[in-house]
This record gives sequence, structure tokens and C-alpha cells, in this order.
Amino acid sequence: MTTTTGTRIDIGTDLPTIVITREFDAPRSKVFRAHTDPDLVSQWLGPRGLEMTVDRWDCRTGGEYRYIHSRDGEEYAFHGSFHEVRPEELIVQTFTFEGMPDSVALEKLVLEDLGEGRTRLVATSLGDSFEARDAMVASGMETGIVEGYERLDEVLAQQG
Amino acid sequence: MTTDGLSKVFAALADPTRRDIVARLASGDATVGQLAEPYAMSLQAVSKHLKVLEDAGLVTRGRDAQRRPVHLETEVLDAMTTWIERYRREAEERYRRLDDVLAAMPHGTPHPTPEGERP
Repeated sequence: MTTTTGTRIDIGTDLPTIVITREFDAPRSKVFRAHTDPDLVSQWLGPRGLEMTVDRWDCRTGGEYRYIHSRDGEEYAFHGSFHEVRPEELIVQTFTFEGMPDSVALEKLVLEDLGEGRTRLVATSLGDSFEARDAMVASGMETGIVEGYERLDEVLAQQG
Repeated sequence: MTTDGLSKVFAALADPTRRDIVARLASGDATVGQLAEPYAMSLQAVSKHLKVLEDAGLVTRGRDAQRRPVHLETEVLDAMTTWIERYRREAEERYRRLDDVLAAMPHGTPHPTPEGERP
């Protein structure tokens, strides 16, 4: 599962975490700016096939954000607060899917300077329950929460 | 059904002994006695682990009243792996777009000021 350039996913068993690790062939300053500048963020954060609209993006300690993914008239909005933003190193933020407004994940982005203009990104998401975390993994939110569980339903139903 | 199912699978596999049991069952069904052999633990302790795996839907017990062989339900394991892989692929796609954004950014971009003011 681990490669030098590919994305690695680790699913926590003691805590409801998802850890994403990825290396970039760019210095930390650029990777950081691609997370803080809304014009850059909108170019990569949205999932494929969905339109990404940044409503608010004030990436500094105490700031907040909101963005919308839309497709065929359907809209999925997300928002949160930037809890701690430290240039080139760290972004701690909350994350809520507005379809499930009572649920919030705590996200921590750490950028590590690997030298020679390379950067390692480690993004940890801590869900507020194992169920919420698993729903994230099983669906990716935007692609439909139901689909994944229907498949598990089928599998489990077959076992009788 | 709720998201409970996947959580149970994750929780069941959190334990190294249970992961080991699953790995051994991948090569074929086994009785509780056979599964207990390599471990310095009682049949009862192994049965407890099996109960957790059974509740998660990862294993089933045969109907044969005497032996009740333990069977691995590979489909449940596959479903979980598929989800994680899909999630991973979505993240990778997102970061490939970020690769492109980074490549298009001009060289010698001004660094943020030491005070951490916004660009």
C-alpha cells in the first residue's frame, strides 16, 4: 500500500481516524499556499465530475470556510473553522457536511519538508464517532452514503 | 442497516490475534481446536475472539454439530478493502490535481511572512 508517490490511507482502530499520506514534488511553501489561496484550492479540492464553488475561504487561525460541490442541480455544502494555521507547517480545522450538521470532524494537516523541494503531507481526520468515520470511508460523502452500505447489506444478507 | 457493520469489521480486525486468525482462515476452514493450537491461550479465549469475528460477519460456523468448522466470509473483507481503495483512489485523484496546480505555480513564489500573515 505504501509507495513514494501514491496516496496512502490508514484507518484507525482505536480512534475513529482516517490518515492520508502523500508526497509532493514541490516545496512546502507552495503546498501550503495551494491550501490557503481559495483560487488555488478550488482547482483541486472538488471531486471529479462535480463543480466546486468556494463560498468562503479565510485560511488563518480563527478563520472559517465554506464550499459547495454541485452536480445536476444537487448541492453538497461543507463548512468549518480554521482552528490553527501555522505557515508552511500546519492547518487544524473542523469539517462538517451540511447534510449532517450535528456531525463534525477534526482535521489536522501537517506538511513536512523532505528536502530537495519535496514535501510530505499527512492529513488526519478524527471523526466524532466510528459510525461517522466509517460513513466517510464507505462513501466519500459526495458520492452517496447509501450506495456503499447497500452493498454491505447485500453481502451480510447473503450470509443468513 | 446502519453504519454499524463496517465499524464492527474494523473493530474486529483491530486485534492482532484476530487478524492472525483471519489470515489463517484465508487458506481454508479450521476447527476451534486447530485455530487454538499455535496460541498459548485456552479454547475459551480463542472462542471469544471467534465470537467477535462472527458478530462482525467476518466468519461463520459450520452446521456440523461436532466440529463446527470456522469459515472466513471473504466477501465482507473484500467489501471493506474495496471501500478503502475507492476512498484512497479519490484522494489520489484529488492530489494529482494538486500536483498540476503546484506545477503551474510560478517559481520563487514569495514565502509567507514570518509573522504568518495571509498571502
